[in-house]
Amino acid sequence: MPVSPTTTRGRLWLLAGYGAALLLLLAAPLYLSDFRLNLLAKCLAFAIAALGLDLLWGYTGILSLGHGVFFGLGGYAMAMHLKLEASGGKLPDFMGWTGVAKLPWFWEPFRSFAFAAAMGIVLPALLALFLGFFTFRNRIRGVYFTILTQALVIIVFTLFVGQQKYTGGTNGLTGFATLFGEPLKSPGMKTALYFATVAGLLAAFLLCRYLVKSRLGKVLRAIRDGENRVRFLGFDPSLYQMAAFAVSAALAGLAGMFFVLHVGIISPSAMAIVPSVEMVLWVAIGGRGTLIGAVVGAVVLNEAKSGLSESFPDMWTFFLGGLFIVATVFLPGGLVGLVRQLAGPFGRRNPSHEQLGESSGEQQPVAPREHSG
Amino acid sequence: MDLELQPGELRFLIGPNGAGKTTMLDVLCGKVKPSSGKVIFRGRANAVDVSKRREHEIARLGIGRKFQTPSVFPGLTVDENLEIAMSQNRGVWAVLRAKTSKFDRMRIEANLELIGLADKKRLRAGLLSHGEKQWLEIGMLLLQEPEVLLLDEPVAGMTDRETEKTGELLRQIVRKRTVVVVEHDMEFVRRFASRVTVMHEGKLLKEGTMEEVQRDERVAEVYLGRRRDADAVGSTA
Ligand SMILES: Nc1ncnc2c1ncn2[C@@H]1O[C@H](COP(=O)(O)OP(=O)(O)O)[C@@H](O)[C@H]1O
Ligand SMILES: [Mg+2]
Repeated sequence: MPVSPTTTRGRLWLLAGYGAALLLLLAAPLYLSDFRLNLLAKCLAFAIAALGLDLLWGYTGILSLGHGVFFGLGGYAMAMHLKLEASGGKLPDFMGWTGVAKLPWFWEPFRSFAFAAAMGIVLPALLALFLGFFTFRNRIRGVYFTILTQALVIIVFTLFVGQQKYTGGTNGLTGFATLFGEPLKSPGMKTALYFATVAGLLAAFLLCRYLVKSRLGKVLRAIRDGENRVRFLGFDPSLYQMAAFAVSAALAGLAGMFFVLHVGIISPSAMAIVPSVEMVLWVAIGGRGTLIGAVVGAVVLNEAKSGLSESFPDMWTFFLGGLFIVATVFLPGGLVGLVRQLAGPFGRRNPSHEQLGESSGEQQPVAPREHSG
Repeated sequence: MDLELQPGELRFLIGPNGAGKTTMLDVLCGKVKPSSGKVIFRGRANAVDVSKRREHEIARLGIGRKFQTPSVFPGLTVDENLEIAMSQNRGVWAVLRAKTSKFDRMRIEANLELIGLADKKRLRAGLLSHGEKQWLEIGMLLLQEPEVLLLDEPVAGMTDRETEKTGELLRQIVRKRTVVVVEHDMEFVRRFASRVTVMHEGKLLKEGTMEEVQRDERVAEVYLGRRRDADAVGSTA
């Protein structure tokens, strides 16, 4: 097998590709209708969550089917701020209906946008650290960990539905009006929020890229390949897994905040099982273990979803399921893997770069891969 | 059983299949906790009972382990495998900020020369041959700079030439540190004038030089008992 180093030419092409994509995104307000722009913004928000999930699953080998919770927490944090702003000095409407007389203490600080935005990231990260502490340190992993994340979804979902007084119950939080006093529906605000999301996605991408390229990224991939072996090198894998889980959850929270700003509602259904599983599918179909794959998967699938739902509202779930099967069986590298294959020698890059060990199907003597994604 | 190692010693651990050699190494490196007994590291002044520590702590103390099956990280390149194995601060934050210094680079390059994988450093480790994986793992252990090195059957499944090369490698390694080698290949063991410990059914059977061990009747009986030929120990085993 010849060594194929990254060629300067390949690098240039790649850079040109990224540049073109960025330009296309930045110019989108010029060529997209308001409706399409809003849809794209939502897709980009999802892409942030997909990046985080890929960091956790694609690079560290931990499959979470509970990222809807972290996404939802971010969404609720932002929604609480918007709701308070929409209610003026008064109680949020749903609290009045359920007989709450005074604003609960934990709602109070969400009057501050900065606090709400910080909580949208910090709360998911803390929850992930907490959960990771009790699982990874006790070497709960693979399928068992994944099942626990599903349990988390059920617990949080039930909690948010049940605590209607504080969360708005099944209906969730909606009826927002303004942000910083500016109407959310005004064209200027829409465009500003779109650019904010592009910036958020870019920041998330650069952060993930930095992490993945650092030595930490190599250790994460080593943990994916053989967690036990990593221990005997002197690393404590649980700390690394907790860190990856927390960053991943924080990104999901950030995505949730943008989602609320674009969509204008958050309800427990956004943090249920199906959305949690869908997030994993974005990554799987886009190309697990490549950052760009996660972004492409989230954007393409969500654009497709809205396209398909417009014409055949009931078909989406079937389509998604079918696509997933096709992708796992025929496209283990996802869309990005397909493009690389088609690009042939041109697309073949430094083997060190973002590639999964499993593509050549080696054996794992000491520690088998812990999940079968 | 009792097993005492002197600093700088090369010790071979032999015994029939299932004698507990691998298990012994597992206990020393913390993979298996002993139901009774202690593992004292460094003796006297700053003695540590390793059996109470977690694996990564033991590795940081300076006990390195090579497993029976080559266990490198297939998704990482040869170079990356060495980079993370290198002795370093293993905290999450430190590793995130870690830069490969000129000195680190030199260490890695020197190591690549030693294990003969310099021209394959950009290759993913999963694509290496069996022997190359074994060497890579030995190289990783060397960069880890342990005081005690535990090698489980480093030449198993190797061709004669590969075995030869591994022997060379081993000779260089033992100059600086304490090494325990589990080995089946008697021919290989005989090349090193060192102490040999024979295990049988989880217990110590005999300890001494290769010649003493070969002369021992009980060893001949259990070790190659199935061949019912005491001489076999001396000749072709
Ligand atoms: N001291 C011991 N006490 C209990 N079980 C042991 C002991 N030593 C070995 N065993 C068991 O014997 C089996 C074979 O041991 P192993 O170390 O793999 O043998 P070897 O590497 O010498 O071929 C293992 O299942 C192990 O659990
Ligand atoms: Mg063994």
